[in-house]
Amino acid sequence: MTIAKDFTLAELIIVAAAEAWRSDGELFVTGIGPVPRIAAGLAKMTFAPGIQLTDGEAFLVETPVPLGPRGDFKPRYSGWMPYSRVFDSVWSGQRHAMVTPVQVDRYGQANISALGPDFRKPKVQMLGVRGFPGNSICHKNSMFLPNHNKRTFVEGEVDVVASVGFNPKNWPEGVKPAADLGLIVTDLCVFDFNGPDHAAQVLSLHPGVTFEQVQEATGFPLLRAAGMKVTEAPTEEQLAIIHTLDPHGVRTTVLKGNPPGIRAAA
Amino acid sequence: MTKEMTLKSVVAELRDGMTIGMGGWGPRRKPMALVREILRSDLKDLTIVAYGGPEIGMLCAAGKVRKLIYGFVSMDVIPIEPYFRKAREAGAIDVVELDEGHLLLGLRAAGHKVPFIPTRVGLGSAVMINNPQLKTIRSPYEDGEVLVAMPAIKLDATLLHVSRADRNGNTLTFGPDPYFDDLFARAADKVYVTAEEVVDSIASDNPEDMKANLVEPYLVKGVVNAPLGAHPTASHYSYGWDLPHLKAYVASAAEENGWAAYFDKYIAGGEESYAASVGGEAQIRQLPLPTM
Repeated sequence: MTIAKDFTLAELIIVAAAEAWRSDGELFVTGIGPVPRIAAGLAKMTFAPGIQLTDGEAFLVETPVPLGPRGDFKPRYSGWMPYSRVFDSVWSGQRHAMVTPVQVDRYGQANISALGPDFRKPKVQMLGVRGFPGNSICHKNSMFLPNHNKRTFVEGEVDVVASVGFNPKNWPEGVKPAADLGLIVTDLCVFDFNGPDHAAQVLSLHPGVTFEQVQEATGFPLLRAAGMKVTEAPTEEQLAIIHTLDPHGVRTTVLKGNPPGIRAAA
Repeated sequence: MTKEMTLKSVVAELRDGMTIGMGGWGPRRKPMALVREILRSDLKDLTIVAYGGPEIGMLCAAGKVRKLIYGFVSMDVIPIEPYFRKAREAGAIDVVELDEGHLLLGLRAAGHKVPFIPTRVGLGSAVMINNPQLKTIRSPYEDGEVLVAMPAIKLDATLLHVSRADRNGNTLTFGPDPYFDDLFARAADKVYVTAEEVVDSIASDNPEDMKANLVEPYLVKGVVNAPLGAHPTASHYSYGWDLPHLKAYVASAAEENGWAAYFDKYIAGGEESYAASVGGEAQIRQLPLPTM
């Protein structure tokens, strides 16, 4: 394993995001969006060979399907995963997804539905809650957010709680808030909600990023996790796999300006 | 007895104020020929239930919708449905925005003729706040768990698009995923099916073929021969979704009187001229199936 000298921030993030699934055995894994999907493929092709991925439509594949036009690559199918079975996997807790919400708050709640105070007449209609309420109460979810700022990591609560979190006031009396949040991977850092009382705690800072900078860009208080470190650089081997999973370079379009993995000191 | 009908005779059986389910999923296998016939009709005040795609935006744009019950409205590669967004942001429609799984459970409850199905889905989320009609129930067993009692979603009619049908109401639906067409059918009083082809009999010597049969004929009230009837959404394995057309449809929403122009250009002329107006049959049949 050779640590890469030259890599982009997107590639650093993909490698960090793959860690979300390291201990997932044979769980059904869904990386929604290019970066989570490449990351899931990387995890499967390296340290998590058991995780179950689909072709993005309805079939399980043992070799991750590359993004975009497939050229000579022909998927080989090893199982059927129509939406009915996706729900069966979700509701039995046998899944770990990585999603990209528009807003996330201190309670780990997330929103993809709509923006604005009045749900009857939203300021911005987005996707609707989709499967987020069920996913978040039934199985583990990690997140990738390409723009770490106070509009995404909001000061109060998210406008629509699509993905559930740890705010007791949103749960019926006698029901203990139940959410299983994995890694939150952003363009600045990796954090989780495993601090005291589910507080957000930074696990690693991307090269050249300071804790203060991340806190400044976050609408709620962050803790430093014990052993907080610098996010690990990709290896040449990982970069080669990333290239096979994303031969057309979709990853170069995810972060504005496709910045290098090691930022110049601020 | 033949169940064969025309688009017009199906729409003539629909009534103002009905609750209508739409098969398919986002930009996949939507009963668009029937939707367009509804757009040409004077039907109004509809409640539409769907895993929504462009049919939702079109029905909203045409003022046909009083209420929407949905898990999402999206065209997948084009995440936001523009006319749905407009209708929502104008506060023009009543909505029941559910988890995708709620929709499945509500339809299943209706099909099984029970009042609700219990689930954890929804607890802790805005779905419970935005839909105060959803109630919780305590498990009568030792666990005593509090669950959401997802109520039955009963439909007056369901519209489906299938691959092949015969005049007895037997159907085959090809493609990687049946979505929840079976549940939409079972939840409805009447099911109308458009088909890429209507044949004398779907019967086959190969029992494996019948795994593509999603619903019993006793559920199917009417069958309409509607080749290319899912366009601009995908119909496996006949054609993929029409991304250039969907982009033009999206662009129309940003124009003044954009919907009227879209309607006049593609829909007003009737289904006979529809395929020609969007590029012709040969071109549609070459639309690539989606690869994600």
